[in-house]
Amino acid sequence: MRPTASRLLNILVPIKRTIDYAVKIRVNPDQKGVDLNVKHSMAVEEAVRLREKLKDAVKSIKVVTIGPPKSAETLRTALAMGADSGVHVEIPDSAPPPEPLGVAKALRAVIERQKEGVDLVILGKQAIDDDSSQTGQMLAGLLGWPQATFASKLVVDIAKKEASVTREIDGGLEELRCRLPLIVTTDLRLNEPRYASLPNIMKAKKKPIEKITPSDLGVDLTPRVETLKVAEPPKRVGGGKVENVDELIAKLKEAGITAV
Amino acid sequence: MLRTRAQFLTRTIARSYATSAGPHALVFLEHRDGVIDAGCLSALSAAKELGGEVTGIVVGGPEQLKEVIPKAQKLEGLSALLHSSSAQYASPIPETISPLLEKILSNLAFTHVVAAHSSSAKSLIPRVAAKLDVPAISDVTSVEHNNAENATTFTRPIYAGNAIATVRAPSSIPIKFFTVRSTAFKAAGTDGPEAKSSEVESVEVTDPPTQHIRTEITKSDRPDLGVASRVVSGGRALKNAETFKATLEPLADVLGAAIGASRAAVDAGYADNSLQVGQTGKVVAPELYMALGISGAIQHLAGMKDSKLIVAINKDADAPIFQVADLGLVADLYDAVPELVQKLKP
Repeated sequence: MRPTASRLLNILVPIKRTIDYAVKIRVNPDQKGVDLNVKHSMAVEEAVRLREKLKDAVKSIKVVTIGPPKSAETLRTALAMGADSGVHVEIPDSAPPPEPLGVAKALRAVIERQKEGVDLVILGKQAIDDDSSQTGQMLAGLLGWPQATFASKLVVDIAKKEASVTREIDGGLEELRCRLPLIVTTDLRLNEPRYASLPNIMKAKKKPIEKITPSDLGVDLTPRVETLKVAEPPKRVGGGKVENVDELIAKLKEAGITAV
Repeated sequence: MLRTRAQFLTRTIARSYATSAGPHALVFLEHRDGVIDAGCLSALSAAKELGGEVTGIVVGGPEQLKEVIPKAQKLEGLSALLHSSSAQYASPIPETISPLLEKILSNLAFTHVVAAHSSSAKSLIPRVAAKLDVPAISDVTSVEHNNAENATTFTRPIYAGNAIATVRAPSSIPIKFFTVRSTAFKAAGTDGPEAKSSEVESVEVTDPPTQHIRTEITKSDRPDLGVASRVVSGGRALKNAETFKATLEPLADVLGAAIGASRAAVDAGYADNSLQVGQTGKVVAPELYMALGISGAIQHLAGMKDSKLIVAINKDADAPIFQVADLGLVADLYDAVPELVQKLKP
């Protein structure tokens, strides 16, 4: 039996092109920012897994990114992983990186443009560049939707339009039941992202990407918090080695550390 | 409920034109089992550094608050305490607490909202900020307020702590929301003069879209990882959950230390998720951090490189951890750790 139209799930996955996590970043000598010409990384895995689990009940998986022209590559990677279509909110290379509130407003506008609506938005819990961990929560606030942050397990009940989510919290776990439409932000433990296969990479080239600008969405992405400078953190004077355990204990004692 | 929300919004806009007389911070105080979270004590210290009045807010179930209010009133540096109780606040869910904070912030003249960078405040604070149409600043390590310009300057680590950004929230941001890295600020005292407390009527959310089902806290007799003065941490080299326990626990016991783990150790199932130290886990800055069998990936260093004394024991003399360790011992940890425990014992 085919599910009725109202019970089909439309998923939106906002992604961000960032520096590769394994790259040691360098601060610009003028302290205005960070050198950025490296690989990107991101995750779309959960939406694709939901489709694998829920089969036809997932009607669409759309990925959206807000960023300079190069971010299109990030969208293609997500399409190769199994998303159906992409939206690229393009900003010039010279534009300052938008802050989470601006991104959340743009995402709200993207969601409002979707004719069939959006039932589930899945975002990462934080971008590894600005480490803010705000966008998902802000989007939930703007839309007045429930939010399940730092999710390590997500089970969607399409018939009830509900999701059961296990969250990582300080000191343990928390389980919530949330009504759809819902914003989920993913913890690292949610899944292990797949690699895109070569045939899928080829197929992804034919999938549609809609290109729009912030002004099409009626949002202003100018940051309201000013970045005054970006500096290197103070260097540690590490590198001291000891020969054996006795020497280690002697040095610990010197530093005032003894058994309790 | 919709009608009242529209009313709040008009008030926010009206208020942003008023001139403010010095900063007045609202600090969000979290608690569990009748105890105020240590991270909030650091958030309170950060709020004090703004140089103005500091009001605390504590929310919870009616029974919880009976126990917490007297403790919260005695926090050093609080000039006033607001409290609000409701059965809906017993398990903190942003969907139900957010409307209360919106109401308070729309009616009273706060200039800053301060919270710990804890998992619950990280969920709540951006949601409330977005509703009031202001940005938020996460995980700050320093705060400085300029009264004349009504601007606040913060520093915060970005790129997993590999760069420090200095950012400024100008006067055009009427309420400045920020969360505080607890290891960067001293904890406020808990035995100050009693602050005046007043009740705020709860905002009941009819038919909330989220239901709290259960919370499962990992029980431990050891000091809490986030605030421990000593941490003993293990990595992938610990082989399995049994050797992880058998190797680290005696050392942690003899030092009175908390136990931590690298992501590799957590992912391999050697240790619980809540013990993870790093960019995506806990950020710690204890007096002593011992890294055992941890190579020292960037993401791990992000969580511990502000520790006072870093000790590393690793077989691989080229492991990056030795670049940040004050004391490094190149040795097999299965030999070195038991010897260390034996010789440390008084």
